[in-house]
Amino acid sequence: MIFATFSKKELPRLFDLLAPNTVVGPVQKGLDRAGRPLYDFDVIYRFQDLRLDYPTTIHSAKRHFLPHRESLCTFTLQGNDWEKQVDYNVYKPVVFFGLHACDINALNKLDKVLSSPPYPNPYYTAKRRNMFIIGQGCQPQPQCFCRSMGTDTALHGFDLFLTDLGDRYFAEILSATAYQFLQKIITRPPTAKDHDRYKEVVTERNQQFQTTVDTTDLTKLLDLEFESAAWQQWGDKCLSCGTCANVCPTCYCYGVEETVDLDLRGAAKTKYLYSCNLIDFAEVAGGHNFRPQTATRLKYRYYHKHRGFVEAYEESLCVGCGRCGEACLAGITVPDVLASVRALGG
Amino acid sequence: MAAPLSYLGVGLDRPRVGVFEFTSCEGCQLQLVNNEATLLDFLNLIELVNFREAMSERSDDYDIALVEGSISRADEVARLKEIRTNARLLVALGSCACFGGVNQLKNRFGDLDWVKKKVYGDFPIASQEVRPLADFVAVDLMIYGCPPKKEEIEKVVTNLVVGKKVAMPKYPVCMECKANENICLFTLGEPCLGPITRAGCDAWCPNHRRGCWGCRGPAEAANVRELEAIMARHGFSREAMLDRLECFGGFSSQVAALRGQPRRPRKARSSKRS
Ligand code: SF4
Ligand code: SF4
Ligand code: SF4
Ligand code: SF4
Ligand code: SF4
Repeated sequence: MIFATFSKKELPRLFDLLAPNTVVGPVQKGLDRAGRPLYDFDVIYRFQDLRLDYPTTIHSAKRHFLPHRESLCTFTLQGNDWEKQVDYNVYKPVVFFGLHACDINALNKLDKVLSSPPYPNPYYTAKRRNMFIIGQGCQPQPQCFCRSMGTDTALHGFDLFLTDLGDRYFAEILSATAYQFLQKIITRPPTAKDHDRYKEVVTERNQQFQTTVDTTDLTKLLDLEFESAAWQQWGDKCLSCGTCANVCPTCYCYGVEETVDLDLRGAAKTKYLYSCNLIDFAEVAGGHNFRPQTATRLKYRYYHKHRGFVEAYEESLCVGCGRCGEACLAGITVPDVLASVRALGG
Repeated sequence: MAAPLSYLGVGLDRPRVGVFEFTSCEGCQLQLVNNEATLLDFLNLIELVNFREAMSERSDDYDIALVEGSISRADEVARLKEIRTNARLLVALGSCACFGGVNQLKNRFGDLDWVKKKVYGDFPIASQEVRPLADFVAVDLMIYGCPPKKEEIEKVVTNLVVGKKVAMPKYPVCMECKANENICLFTLGEPCLGPITRAGCDAWCPNHRRGCWGCRGPAEAANVRELEAIMARHGFSREAMLDRLECFGGFSSQVAALRGQPRRPRKARSSKRS
């Protein structure tokens, strides 16, 4: 890892250098009913719109690499012949300006499924290969439990990672591209004082976590508690609405819809993100539904995130960003659910 | 005469379509002639043989009946039954046809003679409890919405013509609302029926920062009990929620359960069936 420091005044210059690409970053999106600001990721056109002090965002940055709806291919029909057009929907490199560690780790997890054998997904991979990621240190929020999930720091999966030292940034440089861009602004090698300040800032940040999840033997616990009464209790509350999956940075399930154009001269295959909580997620051809009960569907969401994925990849498919719990109108949060399964099962 | 229809070189029949209305605002019919950009392609897929709002021809020889409106008079029942006999496929178009729609709000008053007097005074007019089409005839397909989205009607008709399965979303509006990355109205301090209402409108109202009123009726796993708790947590009264639930008639059984008993006297319901 190469480190550098640079004055905060240099950041707008770095932004301008990257601006010919599509820049995506945190912006303020109005106020909630109590007058608190709300944030989300969006395309940034002016540096001053970028809100690097954002606590978290309502939705993850997913729509920029796993869009909720995406055309997989279209067909032009003529007589009884047809021609297929495929577009990976990558037009410009995308610069992600200010992703927190959880969201970078989310991409790393998605890579294991979507950019790896046996079935790499070209639509995702094409976008992933055309990303430039600037990470940014965060202020843990009450709902954040990334530290429990081991995703509170990003070790790879970014080009540049910035930590705010007050008047300057401490930069971790991970790619040659990032190194070259930093050549174009004024930086200097960090001094011992910078190192000390960096360690101080990080320690201070790490003391702010309020929520933890006990992951000890979690896969085994989930196996043992398959019949736990906790599932039914949460299932009674669940709305089967899919909001949790939609805001989650790592949920990747999808359906494919085939449509015929109104003029019958074209057709399309469109992918749309889906959620395991939706009533027909496990409905198969012929109409049989393997998971007709809400509680069962809710349980399997946890089994995929915290058991199945761990067995396959030795890590969980949850980065502890807390977005699902914040967005769930029924108040169903990952820490509460996992704690209740542990407690009720005892 | 329009050129024969074909898809991938296979000839297709152009279905003969009749459009009919009962007690309604004609808004759903208007949707049929909406969307100028695609209107000609839409009309090219079908052969319209009966559509009072758009043409003068009147034929009883049709394959598909698109039926708008609820039933609120005895003569409407007879006409609906006739349409059922003529049509191969009877489609309930819009909330009135599917659930009674806004019209069924009058059923809330229980004493329907009082309602009639309030609205029409002493003018003699036939009027009875408002019911959806399915209370009188078999309905083959429902296109939900007040009004339905034209895009959805286009998709349904295209699928019918090419012989593809017609499927409506079973999940609630929240799914589409989140896909559009709206800020949840509850976060903004407004009530919304999105968590229990069938999707398919692309979260039309929440996209414009208006809470859903449930015009498409219940999603297939509508957790009304939990929505009640959510409304209460956000400071909305039970009546405010019931107002929304009752607006289009799609949640009538859920409302009856919430109110603890059917609101209107039993005899009003049974005496109108024939
Ligand atoms: S857990 Fe919450 S967000 Fe997820 S489907 Fe259930 S109610 Fe919706
Ligand atoms: S499951 Fe919830 S907490 Fe975990 S990554 Fe997804 S949104 Fe974040
Ligand atoms: S199965 Fe559920 S939890 Fe797992 S990725 Fe799919 S939607 Fe997300
Ligand atoms: S605004 Fe309504 S439809 Fe959208 S997420 Fe909130 S409750 Fe669901
Ligand atoms: S958001 Fe609700 S009320 Fe609005 S069109 Fe959709 S279903 Fe109807």
